[in-house]
Amino acid sequence: MIDLSNVSKTFNLHNQGGAVIEVLSNVSLSVAAGECVALTGASGAGKSTLMRMIYGNYLTHSGEIRIGGVDLVQAEPRDVITLRREVLGYVSQFLRVVPRVPTLEVVAEPLRALGASVETAEARARALLSQLNISEPLWHLSPTTFSGGEQQRVNIARRFAHAYPAMLLDEPTASLDAANRDVVLTLIEEAKARGAAIIGIFHDEAARRRVCDREIDVSRFATGMAA
Amino acid sequence: MTPLLSVQGITKRYGAHIGCADVSFDLYPGEVMGIVGESGSGKSTLLNCMAGHLTPDAGEVVFDTRAEGPRDTVRMSEPERRMLSRTDWAFVHQHARDGLRMGVSAGGNVGERLMAVGARRYGDIRDKASDWLERVEIDAARIDDRPTTFSGGMQQRLQIARNLVTGPRLVFMDEPTGGLDVSVQARLLDLLRGLVRDMGLSAIIVTHDLAVVRLLADRLMVMKSGHVVEAGLTDQVLDDPQHAYSQLLVSSVLQV
Repeated sequence: MIDLSNVSKTFNLHNQGGAVIEVLSNVSLSVAAGECVALTGASGAGKSTLMRMIYGNYLTHSGEIRIGGVDLVQAEPRDVITLRREVLGYVSQFLRVVPRVPTLEVVAEPLRALGASVETAEARARALLSQLNISEPLWHLSPTTFSGGEQQRVNIARRFAHAYPAMLLDEPTASLDAANRDVVLTLIEEAKARGAAIIGIFHDEAARRRVCDREIDVSRFATGMAA
Repeated sequence: MTPLLSVQGITKRYGAHIGCADVSFDLYPGEVMGIVGESGSGKSTLLNCMAGHLTPDAGEVVFDTRAEGPRDTVRMSEPERRMLSRTDWAFVHQHARDGLRMGVSAGGNVGERLMAVGARRYGDIRDKASDWLERVEIDAARIDDRPTTFSGGMQQRLQIARNLVTGPRLVFMDEPTGGLDVSVQARLLDLLRGLVRDMGLSAIIVTHDLAVVRLLADRLMVMKSGHVVEAGLTDQVLDDPQHAYSQLLVSSVLQV
């Protein structure tokens, strides 16, 4: 489902003395449907960089990144937009939303973008928010003022609303208590069971052991100059 | 798929000075594109060339019309282009007073666009105007008030209602949130995003506010001295800018 071959990444910082930083070189990996793979390696090894390249918000200059048959490296912006709407879900570490939009709408939004009715999308959003223990009085407020853990759960609810065939998870359990951590890991297990290919970064070792089928140490692709 | 708008080699000079040079891109239905750059980078010149307010020195602006398919709007007759700008196109000005008739009531401002495309029954026009005022969160009880009695944010929302009432397919926006308080900006962004999604609009938004494009635009073009220096997916250009100028632009934003 997710296939990378000979992918490399260099940052060229024009305004900082023209520094050229090679972060990753010759990354090749494959993740099959129903499989969850953890990216590991020390801080700065390039885990998040690699994940952002797979999502397409970091530009890849060489190699191939194929997701469900589409090569992200060559794709036009509108193909990437379609891919992100239908196929590829990304749970980032931070929630970024339009201020003032109520939590329920934020969570329902990915389904609305796929053409679901307000009722269907909001029913699914309610179910996920309850499951993730976001109390009902908060649903009609904007998540911008929520605590870190609550924002993260809203972010997770939003990305699990649609059954994406491929998912990228950047520390999905980082600031969660034990009960909510268990809910998130269960959601990941359910996504695997329905056939999603998942790549995740988990600093939480127990979580990694529970949901990941294998680990890929990103340091082996590092060029030694990682920022 | 046929692009809704296909811009090819648009160039506009002001004497020896370059307004914008050799700009080309395709915009597909439902896409929102942002154009950013500092003052004087040519983004407003480009927008005005595309919207037919300025005649470019070279290039084509091909729009996929409902009746006849792709047509070059630069070479269209003036009446045809004006018809387009009353029906399928909309233009949201930075200053609401440039896009509104300040001496006419709020309802009249919205109704006027409807009458321009042939609506005649007073009751229907008034109902539709009142419906649109509510959609842009203006109390329908203010339908007979003039926009001069409205706040800046309300005037901007009224301008949007006036523009969208005829169900356009392409909206040009010039700094739509410029000059408004941040809380009013947020409300306007939320409104615009909902309208874009629900009406399936395509839009081109010129702004110098990177936060606005991140929330509204799918794609982004960065301009400097009349040239497009970088273009791509919005989050790619903002998170991993390639050109020296885009890197400077992104790194210059103050963190709150």
